[in-house]
Amino acid sequence: MSAGAITVVAELSDGQPTGLTRELLGLGQRLARGAPLCAACPGADERAAAELIAYGADRVYTSGEPSASSYDSDIWTSWVAAAVRKAQSTVVLVGHTTSGADLAPRLAFRLDGGIATGCIEVTEEGGRLHLTRPCYGGNVRETVSFTTRLVVATVRGGCYDALEREPRRTGETVTIGADPAARRACVLERQRESGGDVRLEDARVVIAGGRGLSGPEGFDVLGALARELDGVVGASRVPCDLGWCPHSMQIGLTGKTVTPELYIAVGISGAGHHMAGCGNARNIVAINTDAEASIYKDARWGVVGDYRKIIPSLIAAIREIRAMDK
Amino acid sequence: MHIVVCVKQVPNPEAAFSMFKVDEGAKRVIPASGLQMLMSPFDEQALEAALRIRDAGAQARITVMTLGAETVRAVLKHGLAMGADDGVLLSDPNFQDGDAYRTARVLAAAIGKLADCDLVLTGRQAADWDAGIVGCGIAELMQMPVITFARDVRVEEGSVRVERVVENGFDVIEAPLPAVVTVSNELGAARAPSLRETMRAARKPVAAWTAADLGLKEGDAGTKAARRILERLFVPPKKGACELIEGATPEEQGFNLAQRLRQAKLL
Repeated sequence: MSAGAITVVAELSDGQPTGLTRELLGLGQRLARGAPLCAACPGADERAAAELIAYGADRVYTSGEPSASSYDSDIWTSWVAAAVRKAQSTVVLVGHTTSGADLAPRLAFRLDGGIATGCIEVTEEGGRLHLTRPCYGGNVRETVSFTTRLVVATVRGGCYDALEREPRRTGETVTIGADPAARRACVLERQRESGGDVRLEDARVVIAGGRGLSGPEGFDVLGALARELDGVVGASRVPCDLGWCPHSMQIGLTGKTVTPELYIAVGISGAGHHMAGCGNARNIVAINTDAEASIYKDARWGVVGDYRKIIPSLIAAIREIRAMDK
Repeated sequence: MHIVVCVKQVPNPEAAFSMFKVDEGAKRVIPASGLQMLMSPFDEQALEAALRIRDAGAQARITVMTLGAETVRAVLKHGLAMGADDGVLLSDPNFQDGDAYRTARVLAAAIGKLADCDLVLTGRQAADWDAGIVGCGIAELMQMPVITFARDVRVEEGSVRVERVVENGFDVIEAPLPAVVTVSNELGAARAPSLRETMRAARKPVAAWTAADLGLKEGDAGTKAARRILERLFVPPKKGACELIEGATPEEQGFNLAQRLRQAKLL
């Protein structure tokens, strides 16, 4: 028995399904076991719909208005609710992004469903969904299920693999008009930071700094290593709250979830709320002056010492090794 | 205007996790005895947002509201000492062991009973279960607009204007009142209670309401109303296979680390 018809709420970036959306389609296919997998994507045009199908959707719901791809809480909630009703879905998968974390609880209450946020594992047993999520600042995991017919879940990035892109897959596209009368809260302005060519969420290498940097200058040191490794610089919560770096760099339970190949944590103690955002990185390196820091329990390699000395010597060594390899 | 701030009491989230025990059999997190119980930090920032609205010149009555056993009165006292005007304690044996759905229903009923609420503020999520559901739930149940993850909240004639944090910036969103706003840590630190407000807090009124006061029946507020089943609660295993990079000097350590990265094809 499958978990029932499934709808994935699809987000686009530059007109294409985001990495997390593709992961959700992969998860959806795994849970659907042959039942139709729907993608609800308000702003999908023909090209985006074709991509969603190539990544596993059998049916794509769109509002037919590309402008609807920018998140609007009221419009999306009412529109996705209509799509889920039409698809008669019993499971709705949403990315755990700022949009998804806003949409999913509203949707669940509106459709009288159960809701679990920030999930890292979604499985099906005996026709019932089991959802595992971090809680207590990332230190504890809970697995929950629901008595309701419908379950809405937001899922963190990097927990599931996307399917191979299969351009010859076929599917249908269904248009459901959005209801502009649903809008009560109006977005007046969308301010975005420029720069940052690679998003933290998509980076292959992330260098993150914590309280142990002891000041904003520390991020210059991390920046030099990031340039060397073609990586992106992030942070734990403390430097963001202290104003050493912008909040958009925050990785953790209330920040971004990253899943790079290489994660270098500098001056980060490894508290649960931080690890909730980076624990799925393939390889974690910890650099810290405190040999007792709990980050070493999560790391593959640890260096105990002053990052101001270790990082420059690491950069020099990387250059030396690369020169020898040539 | 009347602002209601929904707050939750949680075990000190900054305490080392060694202060907690997870009873996997009973599916409960047990804080060490003596561990401080505090207002969840995001809720404290929601109250800070309310106080800033009043500081900016709005005529505002601020009510702090919480749900729990008699022992959670302490968080109302803290809220009153920060500057709130009055408190509401929602306490009933039926309210024990609920889920987010049930909590939102009880809070919505209580906010409805106050009748004149213009703005509901709460934290983006509670620091214990980290779910972030109740604020949106209240809004849906009361059919109010909701804006989540606020880093700035301003009230203008009949509307609220919010800077809402998104991944790489923020949106400016305006909603007509009454509305619900959930507050994120980007708002900035909450004020500490002043001596003057702490002295006054003891004389501020606190109402205590039960399920019956809210017109809620067993099926609305009791365990039967819960939709979530907690199947399992556990501490995730640590990887615990860290190789400490040796080296007599930082240069050696840096070189040895670079070697490991190259062997793992990470360079």
